[in-house]
Amino acid sequence: MSTRTRQSLCALLIVWAALAAAQDAGLVQERLEVALRHSFADATPDEWKARLKQDETQALCSRYRNAPPPEIAASISAQAKAGMRYPPNGKLLGDWRNGEQIASFSGGGQLSRLMPDAAGARRGGNCFACHVLTRSEVAAGNLGPSLTGYARVRGTSTESVRYAYEKIYNAQASFACSFMPRFGHNGWLTPDQVADLVAFLLDPQSPVNR
Amino acid sequence: MSSRTHVRRLIVALLLVPCVWCLVALSDDAQNARAREEIDKYREMLQEGNPAELSEARGEELWNLPAGPRRTSLAQCDLGNGPGKLEGAYARLPRYFEDTQQVQDVESRLVTCMMTLQGLTREQAISGWYKADSNMEALVTYVAGKSRGAKIQASTAHPEEQQMRALGEALFFRRSGPLDFSCATCHSQPDKRIRLSEVRDFLIPADAQAVLAQWPAYRVSQGHVWTMERRLVDCMRQMRWPEPQYLSEAIVALEAFLQKQGDGAVMQAPGIKR
Repeated sequence: MSTRTRQSLCALLIVWAALAAAQDAGLVQERLEVALRHSFADATPDEWKARLKQDETQALCSRYRNAPPPEIAASISAQAKAGMRYPPNGKLLGDWRNGEQIASFSGGGQLSRLMPDAAGARRGGNCFACHVLTRSEVAAGNLGPSLTGYARVRGTSTESVRYAYEKIYNAQASFACSFMPRFGHNGWLTPDQVADLVAFLLDPQSPVNR
Repeated sequence: MSSRTHVRRLIVALLLVPCVWCLVALSDDAQNARAREEIDKYREMLQEGNPAELSEARGEELWNLPAGPRRTSLAQCDLGNGPGKLEGAYARLPRYFEDTQQVQDVESRLVTCMMTLQGLTREQAISGWYKADSNMEALVTYVAGKSRGAKIQASTAHPEEQQMRALGEALFFRRSGPLDFSCATCHSQPDKRIRLSEVRDFLIPADAQAVLAQWPAYRVSQGHVWTMERRLVDCMRQMRWPEPQYLSEAIVALEAFLQKQGDGAVMQAPGIKR
């Protein structure tokens, strides 16, 4: 076999091996991370860390496309439960009026150069984007279930209050890879703000229940 | 049709927006169905006088206008079907180009042509790309219009194209940031809305096709045409991600994945959107 032929065969083998390897999801993921580094080259190290670097839960949910196998789902939920934090005063039911404002407001935390939010701008929960909550707000989305009459449906027991709080603080405690943002866990809302949202859902005076 | 007629129709359409809002002010499930119906009607009405036609006409002028240090037009630009062959070219992008050894979308390819044919620097070619009435907006609208009636057929013959599509697919599902968002958060379930805006399911061919057939699109809320890159950059703003660089690999990869999902759609671009 001539050197030339051997070289060609070698080259072919390499190409074949490379193609086979490229099929591997792990390698795609690796290449994606490199591509993201280049594509978001303007992001500061802090922005990268807070906005693009994945935590373990995000990485697992991405890898399993939000349908993790049972044992992975259990570990994600266990971790979420372990990380649950509550307001310093221990009150899980806050002020429903504050809650309504948080639920209605969509802004805050947008980094873009073209249409940025002011640094330190108030952040909303934007609940109406995905949930129908009150009769008066008709422009409500349907990505999540309707929550109108929540107190009637769920009751106002201590367990119900705790369930609502934990759902908003970290929805993945009860449903691994839920699409709902982990508002409390990620520090988007404070424990007190989460408690205000709980009141918006459960207070009999809240428009959710009237 | 004169531009004045366009403007008049647009004003009428815009005045009707609050009326549409009133009409959808019913409740719950009936409200959902009613909302969609009214939004569809509103869209249909707007289709009659899509101001994107102005952008398209300006794009044609720009395409044939000698410009840049070399005083050359873009008429010999190769968008994948050969120099100057525009018919159906958009419907097959993004694709791999031998000369740049890159998978390019319509915008990155136009930048290549501005640099190689007209002698512009990259900075000059992309300057103000996102602004209303930018040259990029007009050129993309014109080029997309030349694919009207053509079927989207995303090219995946080249290994680099396959790789790009795989990257885009992985990115579509990649969650990060303070709200845990990925594209899939809003775009992987049928019949969903964020507030009153439909968010289509890109994993369903019919849904993906309905979207991709319409881009680039005139956005009534923005008052000008948005390219697909502009659209995706804005999705990432709403996801609370940092802003990706224009023409970057992440954006082109997502486009490669989305175009593939929309395979077979008959292009109707430029479309019109909220």
